[in-house]
Amino acid sequence: MSKRINVNDLDVYYSDFLAVEGVNMTIEPRTVTAFIGPSGCGKSTFLRTLNRMHEVIPGAHVDGEVYIDGDNLYAPGVDPVSVRRQVGMVFQRANPFPTMSIRDNVLAGVRLNSKRMSKSDADDLVETSLKGANLWNEVKDRLHLPGSGLSGGQQQRLCIARAIAVAPDILLMDEPCSALDPISTLAIEDLIEELKREYTIVIVTHNMQQATRVSDKTAFFNIAGTGKPGKLIEYDDTATIFTKPSVQATEDYVSGRFG
Amino acid sequence: MKSLQDDRVGTGSSQRPGSPNKGAGTARVKARPADRIFRFLSTGSAGLIMVILAGVALFLIIKAGPAIVANWSTTTDLSGGTTHGFSSFWAYVGPLIWGTLFSALIALVLGAPVAIGIALFISHYAPRRLAGVLGYLVDLLAAVPSVVFGLWGIFVIRPFLIPFQDWLNQYLGWIPLFSGPVSRTGSTMLAGGVVLAVMILPIITSISREIFLQTPRLHEEAALALGSTKWEMVKLAVFPYARSGIVSATLLGLGRALGETMAIALIMSPSLVFSVQMITDTRNSQTIAANIALNFPESNDLQRDGLIATGLALFVISFGVNFIARLVIARTGGPRRAKKSARLTPASDATSLLTADAAESPVSIRSEQAARDAEAGDERTELAAEQNEDR
Repeated sequence: MSKRINVNDLDVYYSDFLAVEGVNMTIEPRTVTAFIGPSGCGKSTFLRTLNRMHEVIPGAHVDGEVYIDGDNLYAPGVDPVSVRRQVGMVFQRANPFPTMSIRDNVLAGVRLNSKRMSKSDADDLVETSLKGANLWNEVKDRLHLPGSGLSGGQQQRLCIARAIAVAPDILLMDEPCSALDPISTLAIEDLIEELKREYTIVIVTHNMQQATRVSDKTAFFNIAGTGKPGKLIEYDDTATIFTKPSVQATEDYVSGRFG
Repeated sequence: MKSLQDDRVGTGSSQRPGSPNKGAGTARVKARPADRIFRFLSTGSAGLIMVILAGVALFLIIKAGPAIVANWSTTTDLSGGTTHGFSSFWAYVGPLIWGTLFSALIALVLGAPVAIGIALFISHYAPRRLAGVLGYLVDLLAAVPSVVFGLWGIFVIRPFLIPFQDWLNQYLGWIPLFSGPVSRTGSTMLAGGVVLAVMILPIITSISREIFLQTPRLHEEAALALGSTKWEMVKLAVFPYARSGIVSATLLGLGRALGETMAIALIMSPSLVFSVQMITDTRNSQTIAANIALNFPESNDLQRDGLIATGLALFVISFGVNFIARLVIARTGGPRRAKKSARLTPASDATSLLTADAAESPVSIRSEQAARDAEAGDERTELAAEQNEDR
C-alpha cells in the first residue's frame, strides 16, 4: 500500500515564474514527513506537485522528476487523474461535498472509478473508512445526513475518510489543522499517527509543535526574498532539525528568531 | 435605548457607548439638499416601477372584462371574424394557452441543454481568451432584435428543417408529435420552437455561466484530488452547487419563450387548436402573443378586448413562471448562504489567510472569492462578471 517518493531536481513554475527550485528528496514509506517554512516559500506548491494538483492552476508546470516506487509521475503519457487516485490529498479547509450525505461523501471517490458496488460492500467500505478516520462512532447513526452538518474537525476527518476510501498509496495533507481548534487538531494528529502504519504521509504545517509531534522527518523550505524561488534548505530527522540543524537559517526559523 | 439612538444618528454599532464622541453624535445630522434630491429621485424611480406594474395589470383587467363576461356565440361582435365559432372566452383562450406553453416547452427542451453546455464550456473548458469572446458573443445574441430572428427563421430555418421533418415523420411518425401530413412550406411548430430555442439561449447561458463560475474552488479541488476527470468533477462539484441556478435560469428562459411574439408570428402557420403535432401545416397550436399581433389589426372593439384578455392570461402565466424562478433562487440560496457564513468563522478565516502560501495564493484567493460570492448571493451577477475576467 505505502510507497516511497523520490524527487529529483524538481523545479516548479507558474507560467514563467519559478516558484520552487531544485528540490531533491526521498520520502520513505510508512513515515510522516512535515514541510515547514515561512509563508510563500513554496511548500504547498511543492506538495501539490506530488499529485499533480498544481496543474489545476493554468500555466503551472514542473521540470524534473517525481518517482513513486520507481514510476515517474511526469513521464509522458501519465494521466494526472490516475496519479491523484494513488496520491490522496486533504486540504487546509475541510471540503466535503455539501449536497452529499456523509455516506455518499465517503463513497464519492470510489464511485468515480464507476465501479459497480453492492450495497453491503459499500456499507463495509464506509464503515472501515470512517473507522480509519476515527469518525465512525460519532456519525454511524446519521450516515444519511449531509456532511456539511458536522463540526469543522469532523468534516476534516470526513475528508480524510473520503481520501483513504480509494486506498491511495500516499496521503498529502496541506495544513489540515490550520482551521481547527486544539481538540480537533489533537484528534487529527492522533489519526495521522495511526494512518502512518498504512500510508506514506506528507504534511505541510505552520505549527512547529505539530511537526515535532507527528513527523519522523522534517523538510525546511525557505525563500531568499519576494520574487525569488523557494528552496529546500534542509531535510533531516525531525529531532535533528529541531535540536541541532546544520543550516543557520533552519535554526533561526525553528527557534523563532524569524518567520 | 442605546441602539435606537445609534440608529437615528446613523453611526450604527461602530460607535461605542460612552465614547467621548457620543454627545456630539446624538445631534441630528442635517440632510444636505443634494442628498435629499437624490434620495427622492431614487425612491421615486422605485415607486414608479410599482405604479407601472399596477397600471398594466389594471389596464388588462379593465379592458379584458367585457370580453371575458360576454357570451361569445350570441354577441354579434364576437361571433364572426377571427373569433368565430367560440362559445366563450375560455374556449378561445384555452388552445392559445396550450400553444403558448407547448411552443415554450419545445424551445426549452431544445435550448436549455445547449445553453447549459455552452455555459459549462465557457466556465470550465474553454481557454480563458476564447471563453471571453464566446461569452461576449452569447450576450450579443441577446441583443439581436426578435424580428430579425423571425426573418432568419422564415428564410433559413424553415427550408433547413423540411428534410429533417420528413425524416422524423417517416421513422417516428407513430409518435403523435411527429404525425403528418408533413408540412411542405416548413411553417411548423418545430421551426418556431427552434427559433425560440435560439432566442432563449443567451439568458440561460449567461445565468448558468455566472453560477458555474462561482463553484467554490474548494469543492472542485476536492473532486480533482479524489482522481476525478474533468467531467466527473463537474458532476461532483459544479452541478450540485449550481442546481438551483440552472433551474431558475431555465425558468427565466421559459418566461422569455412564453412572451415571445415575432418568431412564432412570422414563422408558424397557426390554428386555434389543442394539438401536439409539430410538423404539419394546419395543426400548429397558436400562441397568445403571436395571436394578438396577427389579429389585432382586423379586430373590432370587442374582439380587441378579447385579445387583451388573452394578454392578461399571458401576463398571469409569465408572472407565475418568474415568481417560481425567484422562489427557487430564494429558497436554495438561503440555506447555502447560512452554511457558508457558519463555516467562515473569523478564526479560521484569519488563520487561513495568514498561512496561505504566497505562491499558492491564486488558489486561495479564488476560493476565498468564491466563498464570498456565494455569501453575497444577490450580488452574484456583478461579481461573476468580474470573475469571468480573471478566468
